Amino acid sequence: MRVIRSLALAASLFSAGPALAAGSAPTPPDAGFGFAGLFGTFDRGALQRGFQVYKEVCAACHAMRQLSYRNLLEIGLSEAQVREIAAQFQVTDGPNDEGQMFERPARLSDRFRRPFPNEQAARAANNGAYPPDLSVIVKARPHGANYLFALLTGYVDPPPGVEVMEGMHYNAWFPGHQIAMPNVLNPDGVEYADGTPATVEQQARDVTTFLAWAAEPELEQRRRMGVQVLIFLAILGGLVYATKRKVWADVKH
Amino acid sequence: MPTRKEGDSPCGGDIEVIAMAEMVTAQGASQGAGAPEVTKRDFLKLTTTAFAAVGVGAIVWPFIASMNPARDVLALASTELDLSPIAVGQSVTVMWRGKPVFVRHRTPEQIAAARAVPLSELKDPATDESRAPRPEWLVMIGVCTHLGCVPLGQKPTDPAGDYNGWFCPCHGSHYDTSGRIRRGPAPTNLEIPPYTFTSPTQIRIG
Amino acid sequence: MAIGLHDSPFKNPVIRWIDQRLPVFTMMQKEYGTFPTPRNFNYFWNFGALAMINLLIMIATGIFLAMHYTPHTAYAFDSVERIMRDVNYGWLIRYVHMNGASMFFIVVYIHIWRGLYYGSYKAPRELLSMLGVDIFLLMMATAFMGYVLPWGQMSFWGATVITNLFSAIPLVGQDIVIWLWGGFSVDNPTLNRFFSLHYLLPFVIVGVVFLHVAALHITGSNNPLGIEPKGPQDTLPFHPYYTIKDSVGMVAYFAVFGFLVFFMPNYLGHPDNYIPANPLSTPAHIVPEWYFLPFYAILRAVPDKLGGVVLMFGSIAILFVLPWLDTSKVRSMRFRPIARIFLLLWTINFFVLMWVGAKPAEGHYVQIAQIATVIYFAYFLVVLPALGRLEKPLPLPESIARAVLGPNATLGGGPVPGAAAAKPMDKA
Repeated sequence: MRVIRSLALAASLFSAGPALAAGSAPTPPDAGFGFAGLFGTFDRGALQRGFQVYKEVCAACHAMRQLSYRNLLEIGLSEAQVREIAAQFQVTDGPNDEGQMFERPARLSDRFRRPFPNEQAARAANNGAYPPDLSVIVKARPHGANYLFALLTGYVDPPPGVEVMEGMHYNAWFPGHQIAMPNVLNPDGVEYADGTPATVEQQARDVTTFLAWAAEPELEQRRRMGVQVLIFLAILGGLVYATKRKVWADVKH
Repeated sequence: MPTRKEGDSPCGGDIEVIAMAEMVTAQGASQGAGAPEVTKRDFLKLTTTAFAAVGVGAIVWPFIASMNPARDVLALASTELDLSPIAVGQSVTVMWRGKPVFVRHRTPEQIAAARAVPLSELKDPATDESRAPRPEWLVMIGVCTHLGCVPLGQKPTDPAGDYNGWFCPCHGSHYDTSGRIRRGPAPTNLEIPPYTFTSPTQIRIG
Repeated sequence: MAIGLHDSPFKNPVIRWIDQRLPVFTMMQKEYGTFPTPRNFNYFWNFGALAMINLLIMIATGIFLAMHYTPHTAYAFDSVERIMRDVNYGWLIRYVHMNGASMFFIVVYIHIWRGLYYGSYKAPRELLSMLGVDIFLLMMATAFMGYVLPWGQMSFWGATVITNLFSAIPLVGQDIVIWLWGGFSVDNPTLNRFFSLHYLLPFVIVGVVFLHVAALHITGSNNPLGIEPKGPQDTLPFHPYYTIKDSVGMVAYFAVFGFLVFFMPNYLGHPDNYIPANPLSTPAHIVPEWYFLPFYAILRAVPDKLGGVVLMFGSIAILFVLPWLDTSKVRSMRFRPIARIFLLLWTINFFVLMWVGAKPAEGHYVQIAQIATVIYFAYFLVVLPALGRLEKPLPLPESIARAVLGPNATLGGGPVPGAAAAKPMDKA
C-alpha cells in the first residue's frame, strides 16, 4: 500500500519530463523508424544509404565533426571500403619539417572533413545562415528523428498570404516555417548502390537513420545491456525479497 | 500495519511483554540455532549474497575498462607512411604511439657498412638482415635505450656519432647505420617497431 | 574514557588487533549492526540509504568522467562527446552520472517529503533536519555547476541566468557577479572554477552526510507512528532487519535507474544541451533541469528582481526554521487528519510549481506561479503554526509494539519490569 504510494510519487515526478520539451512547435508525426522502439536496432542498409546521402548532399554545407572515418566500420562497411571513402577527402596535416601545413588523403583515424574551416566561413558562404553540425543533431532537437524526417520532407508551397523572405524557404515543420536551407533532396538525387529507388522520402528516411546512429552510436549496445541488467535485477530482486521475507518471518511488524 | 483506533488503551496486565518474547525468537533465529527453517534461510542468504557480489563485479568492470586506451587512441595506434617522397640517403621522423619513429632510406654504402660488421664486435648482437628485411629501408623507434632521449642523426647536419649512424647527446651513446649500439652506456640496439609493407612504397607501423 | 587498548568483543585476531587500537569494528557493529531501530519502518525509510548509495555512485562515476573531461570552453563539448563515443563504456558512465543527478533529486525529494509527513524534523531532531537542508543546498549547487560542464547551450545560458541572480544584491551585486565569473561574462575562467568546485562539493556533502548520520544515531530514527521507542520491544537490530529491507528498496531503485540509463537516457534532459554553447544566441526559452523547476517558478513569480531572488532562496531557507514553525506536539500526520490534507495540497502545489516553471513566464502562467508561491509559503508560515493549536490530533498508541501487535496480543513469559511504563497519550 505504502509502496504503491511511493511509486505513484516517483511516477508523478517523472511525468514532469515532457513538460520540459513542450514548446509552441507542433509535434511531428511518428515516422515509424525501426530504431525508435525500446528494443529497436538500426537497419544497416539504411545506414549505408543514409551515409551516401549525407556524403553526396548534406556534406556540402554540414559538418559532422564528432565522427571519424573509422566509425563507418560500424555501419557495416568493410575496412577496404572505408579506406577508399576516406582517401577521397583531403585533410590538413602538419606542420611538416619546414613548418608548413600540408594536405594529404584522409585516413581511418581522421575526423570527417568539414566543409568550412569555421563558423564565420560557413555563414559567409550561406547568406549569414549557419548550417549546424550534424553529429548529434538528432539528440539536439525536440522529437529527434521524427522531426528531422518531417523537416526534410516538409518543403511545401507556402499557404496563401504568407510572404517568404528573400533567401528563405517555406517548411511546414521548421519552427517559424522560414528556413534558410533549401529543399536539397530531389527524386533520384543520389543513385543507391543497392538499387533502392531513391525517392525523396526514401532519402530522408535513410539520412535520418544515419544521423540517428551518428548521434547515438552506442544505442544498440546500450539496449542490449539494459535488457541484461533488468533481467539480472529481476532475479536479484526476487532473491532479496525472499530473503527479506525469511528474515522478517518471525517478527510481526 | 494495523493502526490504532481510539479507546485501544490496554486493559490491565498484558503489556509489552509480548514484543520482548518475539525479539528473543528473532535474535535466536538469526544466530542460527539448528532448525531446518534456518538452513533454508542461510542457503537463500548465500545465494542472494553471491548474486549481489556478481552484480557488484559487473559494475566494477566498466570503470576499469574506461581507463584502458579509448577507441580514438587505438585508432592512432598504427601510423601509415608513404615512402615514395623519401630520397636515397634521406631520413624522416614520424610519430607513432607518442614516440618518434626514424625511417631512413639507406644508401648502398650505409647498407654495406652495416652488413660488414662481425657480430662479435657488437654489444647487443643482431644482424642487419634481421633489422632491415628490405635493406634500403631502416625503420626503428628513435628513443635511446639508455634513458629515453631522442638520438641525433636524422638531419644531415646532425652529429652522427663515431659509427655514422645516430648519436645520443644525453650520455654519449653511438649507434651505427643499422641503429645498433656500438659505444656508450645504452644497453641495447634501437628498437624495431612492428611494421608491414602494405605496398612497395607504403608501410604501416603498428 | 579510560586510556588504553579498547576491550574488543571480536574473536578474529586481525580484526581484534585493529579494533583494540582503533575501535572501528566496534563502532560499525554498534551503529549498523545492533543499532536499535524502530520495528515499524515502512519503505519510505529506504530513501536515506538510497541517497547515500546515490551519492557514492555520483562520486565514483564523476571521478572516472573527470579522467576524460577537459574543462576548457574550446574542448569541453567535444571531450564529452569523446567520452560518449570513444572511451570504453564512457557512454554508460556518463549516462549514469547524468541520470544519477535526477535519481538523486527524486530520492532526496521523497526523503524530504517523508520527513514532512511523519514530522521527522521535530524535536529532538531539529539539527538532524537542518543538516539535511544543508545537504540539499550543497546538492543543488553541485548539480547546477555540473550541468554547466558539458558546455552546451543550456549549460551556458543556465550559468548566465543563475549567476546573474547575484546581481540583484544591492550595491555590490555587479562586482560579485564579475567575481563569480572571473571575467565579464560566463567564459573559460567560469568553466574552470565550476569544474573545480563541482569536484570539491561532493566531498563536502560526504562530510555533512557523516554529521547527518551521526546526529541521527544520537536521537535515533523517527518512525511512521512518530512516537519514540520506549524499550527493546519497540526496536529491532539494524542488521539484518533493515539491511535486508533497504536492499529490497535498492534493487527497485536500481531497476528504475537502469531503465532510465539504458532506455531513455536523455528523457529528463533538454535537447538544447546537445548544441554547443554559443554566447551570441540565446535559446528560445531557457529552462533549468526539472529538479530546479519549482524554485525557478518562485523566482519568476515575483516581478521584482531582488524580491524574486530572496523568495527563491527563502523557499529553501524556510526549511531551516520548520521545526519551530510547526507547533504541533504530534509528529506523524497519521494522527493529524487536517494537517495531512494540507500537506497533500502543498505537495500538489509543488508539482504545479514544477509544471509552471517549465512554461514561458507570460500570461496566465505568471498568475498561476504567483498563487502557487503564496500557497507554498502559506503552508509553512500560516497553516503549520496555526494547526498546531487548532487541530485535535487522533489519540496516539502508547507504544510502537502495542500498535504493531494489536491491543489483545498476549504471550507468555511474565511481565518485564520497565516495559510497562508506557502511559497512553504520552507527550510523544
